[in-house]
Amino acid sequence: MSSIGFYLGLVFSGIIIKNVLLSQFLGICPFLGVSKKTSSAVGMGLAVTFVLVLASIISFAFYYLVLVPFQLEFLRTIAFIIIIATIVQLIEVLLKKYMVNLYKSLGVYLPLITTNCAVLGIAILNINNGYDLLGTIVYALGSGLGFLLVILLFSAIREKLELHDIPKALKGLPIALITAAFMSLAFIGFGGIL
Amino acid sequence: MVYTLIIFVVLGLVLGLILAFASKKFHVATDPKLDEIVEALPGANCGACGYPGCAGCGKAIFEGQAPVNSCPVGGGPTAEKIAAILGVEASGSAVPLVARVKCNGTAANAQQVYEYTGANSCLLAKNSFSGMKACNYGCFGLGTCAAACPFDAITMIDGLPKVNPKKCTACGVCVKACPQLLMELVPQIQRVFVNCNNLEKGKAVMEGCKVACIKCKKCEKACNYDAIHVGLVAAIDYAKCTNCGDCFRVCPTHAISMKEGEVVVTQPVVEEKSSCGSCTGCSSN
Repeated sequence: MSSIGFYLGLVFSGIIIKNVLLSQFLGICPFLGVSKKTSSAVGMGLAVTFVLVLASIISFAFYYLVLVPFQLEFLRTIAFIIIIATIVQLIEVLLKKYMVNLYKSLGVYLPLITTNCAVLGIAILNINNGYDLLGTIVYALGSGLGFLLVILLFSAIREKLELHDIPKALKGLPIALITAAFMSLAFIGFGGIL
Repeated sequence: MVYTLIIFVVLGLVLGLILAFASKKFHVATDPKLDEIVEALPGANCGACGYPGCAGCGKAIFEGQAPVNSCPVGGGPTAEKIAAILGVEASGSAVPLVARVKCNGTAANAQQVYEYTGANSCLLAKNSFSGMKACNYGCFGLGTCAAACPFDAITMIDGLPKVNPKKCTACGVCVKACPQLLMELVPQIQRVFVNCNNLEKGKAVMEGCKVACIKCKKCEKACNYDAIHVGLVAAIDYAKCTNCGDCFRVCPTHAISMKEGEVVVTQPVVEEKSSCGSCTGCSSN
């Protein structure tokens, strides 16, 4: 199970085949909310990737060190939620103190991640799929990069759409949702490769 | 069951303590005045001020990058509150502003040199051979300003933006949106305006537009208050202008308009003797 091929497959499936946004439909709120400009979309993507990896590791540790020995696996959802919320808050405080520039560029997106279900979703999927620690890290990283890739593509398309003559009823969010649907169709086409 | 309770109580306590400790330990001291300013703003986060949300605007005001009256929604009362916090006078913010367009190039007035069929964006039109109009400084009439206006105050009428003064909050979004730099914020009490932004000389201007400023300087001579000057184009100093309308009456091309009550008059009622106002604009070329 723990061959290099397995981990490469995990990265690939995280980025493309089981893309969090377009195949699993997790984290749609920031996907639609923060994709008007490529620059902010990249910021959001990087922030999500960072939090995803960190949150997955800590939830993994908490699950196997605390919840499993006490047979409390069924409470993992609620435990992970508070852990993720705490991590995001902690990162925000630390960034504000030590990395002001990064804090400023992430801006409002950092607290938004607290309620990003992609982070919780990946943390739970890692447990459900029975990945080991390395698998957890690799899959979280792959999913984060998948999020970054898709939100970047989507924001680039939306920037172009702004300049085009779109029927009045479809302007703004409707055309964005239709675009997202087509992108999702394309990504679902990868399903079953691995 | 007991373990469940204990573990989750401990988890909550530990995480809470970590956060409390972190917020004390890594506390970044901010000026209480900054918080007070953000508190005084409406908190609608509409972005009309041009900053990302009220917190961004408050920060800019606090750092002196934005005036105390930056918030178009809060208006005067908010400006006074913020001025009180910062200990400065809110003077200057008392003059209410309104947006207007510095062009009168309707389809009838301004000549078109080609038919533009591209995307509905003034910026794209500008990049296509400086636009479809013979005048390279005028309004393209594609409505980029109207689309940008967050308060729906601009409507496109006869190929020109028309600002509804009741809806306009003078937020300045349209001023930034216009690629031709035609939108300006003027005092609401101002009634006389120059409706041209063409910087070329008289003859070249006249070929492209019937109502353009031909730089004849008649207005400059007619003004008794030193309020209008013709540099590259006629411009009124709103601080000196008394709205007497002398310049409006002498302008040979009716590039100056005057508001009579709510109605904007572009041509004086007085009959003109001939179309040539002996402005000597033609001889200067």
